[in-house]
Formats: sequence, C-alpha cells, structure tokens
Amino acid sequence: MSHLTDLPLWAAIPVCLLLLSGSMITLIGSIGLIRLKNFYKRLHAPTLGASAGVILICLASMLCFAVLQSRWIFHEVLIIVFIILTTPVTLMLLGQSALYRDRIEGTDGVPLKAKPISPKADETDI
Amino acid sequence: MRYWFPYPLLSFALMLFWLLINQSLSPAQILLGAALGISHAWLMVNLRPAKTSMKKAWLIGRLIGRVAADVVRSNISVMGIILRSRNRPVTSGFVPIDITLQDENALALLACILTATPGTAWLEFDSQTRVLLLHVLDVENGSAWAELIKTRYEAPLKELFE
Repeated sequence: MSHLTDLPLWAAIPVCLLLLSGSMITLIGSIGLIRLKNFYKRLHAPTLGASAGVILICLASMLCFAVLQSRWIFHEVLIIVFIILTTPVTLMLLGQSALYRDRIEGTDGVPLKAKPISPKADETDI
Repeated sequence: MRYWFPYPLLSFALMLFWLLINQSLSPAQILLGAALGISHAWLMVNLRPAKTSMKKAWLIGRLIGRVAADVVRSNISVMGIILRSRNRPVTSGFVPIDITLQDENALALLACILTATPGTAWLEFDSQTRVLLLHVLDVENGSAWAELIKTRYEAPLKELFE
C-alpha cells in the first residue's frame, strides 16, 4: 500500500477539489434534513448526497488510487451504479408509508388516492 | 440459442461486474465471469422478469447526456434552496402526472432518473390508473412540471423502448 504523500501535486489538487466539493454537497444535504420543515421536503435533501456527493467522492477515489498505483481503476463506478439503482427503492418505501399514514390521519394538503377502477385496485406497485 | 442464453445482456453485465470487482482482464477471470453470467441468467428465468427490447439503442446516449446535465443543474438549485431556506420558505407540492409508458423496465429507469435528480421524489405509482404522484421541492406551477417531465424524460423513454 503506497502512501498518500506520494501523490504528485498535479493529481492532489483535483482529488482535493472533487473530495471537498463532494463532501460539501453531502453536508448541505444533511443540513437540509434539519432545516426543511416537513417529511416530504426532507425526502429531497439526502438525494443530494446520493447523487452528486457519491459521484464526486468516487471520482476522487478513482483518480487518487489510479495515480498512486499507476493503473486504471474503474471498480468505484459500481458504487455509483448500485447507489443510483437502489435509492428509488428506499425512497418509494418511505414516501408510500408517509402517504399512507397521512391519508389515514387526514392531514391537510395530502392528495387523496385516485379513484380505483376495481375494488382490488388499491394495491400499488413500482 | 435463446434457450442456452436467455438474457444475453444480463449475462454480459454480470461478466462485466465480475471483471470490475476483480480488477483483472486475465483469460481465466473472463472465462469464470462468463460462466457465472450465463449460469445466473438461468436462475433469472424462474423470476420471469418483463422482457424489454430497446428499439433504438443509439438514443440512449442522448438521454444520458440530458440526465447528466439535469443532475448537475438540479443539485445546484436544491443546494441553493436549502441554504436560503431560513430566510425564504420553500413552496413544495404534489404533482400528479399521467404516465403513458407501458414497459415496466422503462418505468424503473424513469424512477432512477427522477430520484437521481434532487428536487423530484417519486412517491406513488398507481398501476391501475397509471397516475404517478411526484413531490417537487420547488414547485412554481404543477402543470408546467408535469409537462416538463413528460416531454423531457417520458417521450425519449417511449421512443427508446416502445
């Protein structure tokens, strides 16, 4: 394992910029989680970290270790791909459970369910 | 051919995945990856996923470019909204959209796109009425958002898959 101090300056600057901007975006997303006022608004804040944050941090890691080990490194791409593929699942689960709760409690401003065509139509998928 | 290789694209993707996590392009790893890809495609047959064929695969490049640009733009705008949210209250709202896409995989791709762009959250899709309920963080007027998503993502996906 090579040391990080071996990283030449021309590579260290872009790696730092990518890493810092990625972590800044994730941090702003987490701040949003505190500042925004209701559940549905809060759903949007962590997606900052799940899209731009992950992409920038993984790019920084790819660049850093590619230069240190002087070979091409691509397996971080898999992290990006799998995070983008799996976040919709969690998001939909959270969103649907929030909708279900708010409809039962009759909270204002929550759209009601569209008229079902058949009695069994109240199951939703995708 | 179809019997031995039920999902060629899935097999190829699995092989690519195997080579990426092993970080090697040696013939032995390629052979092992190919064997794993083909055998796992057989397991997939039992799950019976919806078959999709891309009619115009070259259009995917244009779609990826458009999504990448939108991810950057929406990240910046959502960051601005969060940082300014102390002084300026956020007006967010629900937007119902009539979806005419029929293909399940195209819908899944649409869900990934809408989730990857911050500011839009996919809440609910009713497969009977085909209405998608979206929550938009900075909603100015709902019908414009619905129109935007229909023309910007749904139309290219429809062209790509149907």
